[in-house]
Amino acid sequence: MSKTSTKGIWKVISASSMGTMIEWYDFYIFGSLAVVISTKFFPSDNPTAAFLSTLATFAAGFVVRPFGALFFGRLGDIIGRKYTFMATLLLMGGSTFLIGCIPSYETIGFMAPLLVLILRLLQGLALGGEYGGAATYVAEHAPVGQKGYWTSWIQTTATVGLFISLMVILATKNALSPADFDSWGWRVPFWVSIVMVGVSYLIRKNMDESPVFAKAKKEGTTSTNPLKESFGNRYNLKFVLLALFGATMGQGVVWYTGQFYAMSFMKTVMNVDSSQVDTLLGIALLMGTPFFIFFGWLSDKVGRKYIMMSGMLLAILFYRPIYKMMYNTTDVNYKTEITEKTIQNTETNKNNDKITSVSKTYTDGTTYIEKKTDFADKKEAQTHISVNINSSDEWTLIFLVFIQVLFVTMVYGPIAAFLVEMFPTKIRYTSMSLPYHVGNGIFGGLLPAISTYFVTHAKQAGKPDFYLDGLWYPIIIASVCFVIGMIYIDNKNKTNHL
Amino acid sequence: MNTIKQILGVLWIILAAAAAYFCVFEFGLPKLLSDQQDDLVFGIIILFILTPLIVLGLGTFGYFAVIGEYNDKKK
Repeated sequence: MSKTSTKGIWKVISASSMGTMIEWYDFYIFGSLAVVISTKFFPSDNPTAAFLSTLATFAAGFVVRPFGALFFGRLGDIIGRKYTFMATLLLMGGSTFLIGCIPSYETIGFMAPLLVLILRLLQGLALGGEYGGAATYVAEHAPVGQKGYWTSWIQTTATVGLFISLMVILATKNALSPADFDSWGWRVPFWVSIVMVGVSYLIRKNMDESPVFAKAKKEGTTSTNPLKESFGNRYNLKFVLLALFGATMGQGVVWYTGQFYAMSFMKTVMNVDSSQVDTLLGIALLMGTPFFIFFGWLSDKVGRKYIMMSGMLLAILFYRPIYKMMYNTTDVNYKTEITEKTIQNTETNKNNDKITSVSKTYTDGTTYIEKKTDFADKKEAQTHISVNINSSDEWTLIFLVFIQVLFVTMVYGPIAAFLVEMFPTKIRYTSMSLPYHVGNGIFGGLLPAISTYFVTHAKQAGKPDFYLDGLWYPIIIASVCFVIGMIYIDNKNKTNHL
Repeated sequence: MNTIKQILGVLWIILAAAAAYFCVFEFGLPKLLSDQQDDLVFGIIILFILTPLIVLGLGTFGYFAVIGEYNDKKK
């Protein structure tokens, strides 16, 4: 359909991918800095509550994404793809920059978390409008039979955005002292965003409208009410539901398990040092990213369905063994302590809280630091554990996370092409954005909160392998999605509208 | 295959009903009635976002499957 030259399509890919990658970067620095944000913007007398509040805000950022998909999807189908995803870029960049400027809870009180929440909601709205626009824009430029390959570049942006967010945070941490990072340095990754958004805006501004949409507009065949045509029409609604329950729902949970749950699991359940987790996750993401392109390309040859479903099935079968291996890798009960190197120290701070720290070293080079604070005002004692793992364990974890990223690339690489081919030009932006953001944003975005709940519940019940219970949520959701996808989705996609 | 698709439609409707029970009585309401702030937010999200989505969405999908909307049309 499209006659865009190879050189031209690379320009389209660069402009679209860069902007989408920046939007993901903006979205993820909030999640990656959740712990420090919780201490700055939420009442600090109960850190667990503060952390959960941040998770709730994080979830709010996800829950609002489908509304962004509806709002901007409608605009994209009426006024065009190009201007809509330029608007989402500016909205995202502005919100991110402003989060980095908000004074802390100690300075402005309740206004601080309120402003963070509002800006986080705006971020969610912007992201809800961005992805569908970028995927549609690229697909409508791509040659017939190569949609999977070209749209897979857009699919790399979420992982690359997460990778860059981790690297910017790591670089800022390394450049500053821990006290400076805690005081103001955590704001730097938010400020960096405005520069990237500015550059991306200028590039996108010079791009042409999608040829397919421009043709439809010229012929007067665009929709006047995309929402009604997308969801009020039974024929189209059944495909929206099929896309959600047979593809994006499972893709969402596999995506968030492989990247976010793995990160949170290593930090909070395995207690691995935060910088080590960021580094090893970054390496695993870097190793896995080319596979988005590979599976996108492969889906042009063998069809989208079986690649996506294989990724889901592998995830269902291997999540529990993988997480068990991850947990055992750093479990100090399996290691030999060098007792003469154990250091115990007790001190009292200015509030008369008693702080006991124990540092243990193990024969394989692992170090374990436990810091317990007994508060003078009889509040519940707090224990902070940090495990610094050796290089061999680090590579074991990189490998185990990489496998999960591989599952992600299988389900996520071909999905943009799968979704854009499912819906006609005049309602494509609206129709594909909603199932994607419900599946990814709601089913996937709620994963950390729901899985943490399962783990906490199992721990309270005294289950020995409590740490694996958080996986039931992605396993169940992916299983239902796998069955629906296998039975109801046609590999040849008879509804291909491109 | 069309018969399997239609029969499974009943399963999706039952699953939607089971999810409704689980989300409302096991998950949502206890959280909503808890006096913890974070539980309240969690309960609201489960009850008012996730539950309607699963129940209405999966229920409608099941209904469409039962009435043969997803059947392969004869050529």
